[in-house]
Amino acid sequence: MESSVYVQNRELVTPGQLLGRGKLTITTPITVYSLDGKYYSAVVGLADVEGDKIGVIPLEGFYYPKVGDVVIGIVVSTGTNSWEVDIRAPHTAILYASDLLGRPLNPGREMLSDHLDVGDVILAKVENVGRGRATTLTVKGKGFGKINKGSLVEIDSAKVPRVIGKKGSMLQLLLNECKCEVVVAQNGRILVDNCPNNDFKEIAIMSIKKIEKEAHIPGLTDRIKEFIIKEKVRRGLFSG
Amino acid sequence: MGKGKVKLVEGGLRHDGRRLDELRPITISVGVLKNANGSALVEYGRTKVLAAVYGPREPQMKHILLPNRAVIRCRYHMASFSTYERKSPTLSRREIELSKVIREALEPVIISELYPRTSIDVFIEVINADGGTRTASVTAASLALAEAGIPMKGLVAGVAVGKIDGYLALDIDEVEDMYGEADMPVAIAPSLRQITLLQLNGVLTPGEFTQALELARKGVEVIHEMQKEALKKKYLDVKVEE
Repeated sequence: MESSVYVQNRELVTPGQLLGRGKLTITTPITVYSLDGKYYSAVVGLADVEGDKIGVIPLEGFYYPKVGDVVIGIVVSTGTNSWEVDIRAPHTAILYASDLLGRPLNPGREMLSDHLDVGDVILAKVENVGRGRATTLTVKGKGFGKINKGSLVEIDSAKVPRVIGKKGSMLQLLLNECKCEVVVAQNGRILVDNCPNNDFKEIAIMSIKKIEKEAHIPGLTDRIKEFIIKEKVRRGLFSG
Repeated sequence: MGKGKVKLVEGGLRHDGRRLDELRPITISVGVLKNANGSALVEYGRTKVLAAVYGPREPQMKHILLPNRAVIRCRYHMASFSTYERKSPTLSRREIELSKVIREALEPVIISELYPRTSIDVFIEVINADGGTRTASVTAASLALAEAGIPMKGLVAGVAVGKIDGYLALDIDEVEDMYGEADMPVAIAPSLRQITLLQLNGVLTPGEFTQALELARKGVEVIHEMQKEALKKKYLDVKVEE
């Protein structure tokens, strides 16, 4: 059967909208479904068409963990040998004490809350998403673990890809122009840290919020660049 | 019922001046509540329904969870000020039944297998009741689900068809429901070509039933187009800040 696509690239689509028929490759398996050789969108989003590859980038959504995702979590409770961590997903995730400490916990000498307490923020990786079992996190690796300082910005997790940009272009722009360290986690939490001063930090946060709001309008990177320059001029931060 | 006492159709027009196959003026807005993951406000004439969706999330009652798919919970509730006489705010038998019927109208379109061990909660609040609240509720709830980003096979829209003074009429209101001979609420998922809700109160001949279903299908198609417009409008209205 001849394959054909009925939508244009970056067209706004709604659930149930016919995207194409024939032999097409689905790039986003959750937001596109096929029925009787036809392909439909399952969410409100932007069509992503490239040859015979079809996908829908969602504009609305929530975070659902995937193995390997980098997430920023907040500890909500301490158990006997693990912490329960909120990662903005339907279920809380588990971080085992042995993973953080690199050795078993010695219950006679130390308490879990000596290492991480309720309210602490951690940068972690999703290790396992079990069916019927809890999501587990790991903090093994450079840069992972407890976050001690910085500003935490929360955005809609569906808009995270736009903050990173194509091949990391948007993130690079933020890093270069605001001179801050920006860590973007897949669950929509963004850490802004080590800024030269408060003005740079505010510009970075305002830019991230602007990206979230205007994520679906083309020409985003150029607009953000312009916005940062304007803000810098307004605050008198421009030095040649 | 007071059959024949009230004249509902005169000169081809209904008591509010509509033609028999005409819908009431419909307004739809999406994203009206800040705290909900998705929300929608739908008006069919004087009927006004608010729907809010939360989830997928972990419910307080863990025993209701299913290992293979998300549980869909639905609560249809009429505000105590929604009717002429005060309605007791406790859930009545009718509201419990409608919650179930609306949930079953939505379940076929929600791809719930993606989110095992979670619950998707749909809250529907009738703010003003003037007939056709269950169909307006289905329309609003499916929009709220779409706005929450929950994967769906398509939108669902509902409309009621009634028989008044011997004529079939689309989108009947409270008066027509009360004095008419039959009331048939229908909800259809147009992209799936599936009927997800079909009830009939009163008597229709088999021929009338087929005609009524066709009338409902046409009405649903119009509402479905409005639903899609409303979902897109939220994004098309965002203006680039200078």
